[in-house]
Amino acid sequence: MRLLNASGCLDALTAPEVAQQLDGFVTKTITPLPREGNAPPRIAETAHGMLNAIGLANPGRERFLAETLPRLHELKLSVWVSVGGFCAADYAETCAALAGIEAIELNLSCPNVDEAADGAAEIVAACRRATQLPLFAKLSAAHPDLGEVARAVAAAGVDGLSLVNTLRGMALHPKTHAPVLARGQGGLSGPSLKPVALAAVHTCYAATRLPVVGMGGVTCGQDVIDLVACGARDVALGTVLFSDPDAPARVRAELASIDLDEVFASAHESTHVLA
Amino acid sequence: MPRRERLSVSNVETVGAYTLLRLERGGLDPGIPGQFFMLEAPGRLLPRALSLCLAPAGELAFLLEAVGPGTEALCALEAGDGIHVFGPLGNGFRLDVERPLLVGGGIGMAPLPYLAERIGRAPVVLGFRTELHAAASALLPDAEVVVEPRLVTELIEPGYDVLACGPEPMLRAVGDLCPGAQLAWEAPMACGYGACYGCAVEIDGELKRLCVEGPVLAAA
Repeated sequence: MRLLNASGCLDALTAPEVAQQLDGFVTKTITPLPREGNAPPRIAETAHGMLNAIGLANPGRERFLAETLPRLHELKLSVWVSVGGFCAADYAETCAALAGIEAIELNLSCPNVDEAADGAAEIVAACRRATQLPLFAKLSAAHPDLGEVARAVAAAGVDGLSLVNTLRGMALHPKTHAPVLARGQGGLSGPSLKPVALAAVHTCYAATRLPVVGMGGVTCGQDVIDLVACGARDVALGTVLFSDPDAPARVRAELASIDLDEVFASAHESTHVLA
Repeated sequence: MPRRERLSVSNVETVGAYTLLRLERGGLDPGIPGQFFMLEAPGRLLPRALSLCLAPAGELAFLLEAVGPGTEALCALEAGDGIHVFGPLGNGFRLDVERPLLVGGGIGMAPLPYLAERIGRAPVVLGFRTELHAAASALLPDAEVVVEPRLVTELIEPGYDVLACGPEPMLRAVGDLCPGAQLAWEAPMACGYGACYGCAVEIDGELKRLCVEGPVLAAA
């Protein structure tokens, strides 16, 4: 089991010592052109989670390749690049420009941008033609038939799945009833998301048997065990990194006496029952 | 170098409308005035960003206003309780100024007692919305104080190097009056170390992370 960060939940350049605790660093999503992101306020705390509407703020492909990626390599990190876009060609062109990294995660599920992307399978197929690098498709659990989406991207050539992205949510000011986020709605993350993540990993692993990076509400070693038991091969930390930059070392210590291969074996039984 | 440690609450005091939370310092560095710490808010998912108010030997003290569930939970702490604290973070005030004037508005006075201690003798002007809030000026006994409807900007005379912290309208007014002033801003923040991109503010016409670029910025 590799321990990663969820895309958008860590900047290795401002916190290299946190990124170096992980087995791989996943970048914030890179789009062809620079994006400032959404107007603030962009975050809101909820009862057992948080909402964000950052809006894919990033320096754009050109500056990422020229400035950010070389600095990430200097840190000796195993780099996963999260790739976003607004049509299949956007994704494929970025994939074609990437080399010398561990894997590509295709962000097919950002809840915080308006523009509609092409279908997930179409994007994956275009990226598959553009790169030999391992491709992971990051999906949203909001789809009514997630297993079907997973099978479609598997058929289109992904090597693995990243599950789950945030789910769209909303928070209101208690007195004014106005949305807290300037954008109105945002992506829900944190402990609220964990049961959703377990179900999504369980469903998609049963549907495809592909390697899955499980994420969503992981705060401790037990959460990792639960995701692995549902079929996750690797696990990513997200919102917990905001409150606890030492979480990678802590979670690893909590798993020290656990045989995760044995836990993973139980996924075959439980997903077999489901399938 | 920022560290994250669990610190014990040594005392909780009421200061006018505010609460002064004193923590045993542990291995944490107090940092530069204007830098901030992320304090675990019991029962909440996210920590809260607070600038250091006082740094007596062996302690770190934070001035708080209960404005929501996080700050309410922090104000309800009692001596002996423990919370995780991460810091110091961000960029503080530049202290190498010739003629400092410290300007604070409301809870924005929080970093000024530590700043006054570190910068040496400097005049201080403070503005508050009520007499009860103004009682917090006891932490800066030599300060000149006004209460609304009077505004703290009325007390700023020309020729000073202004270091200010307060609500956004006050900071904008100070920035207009005193180009080159050092202004300590505030924004909702989930992490405090550049990870979440939540605290974006417009700097030089671009949205940037306040926790990385600030929270103290030069007025344009």
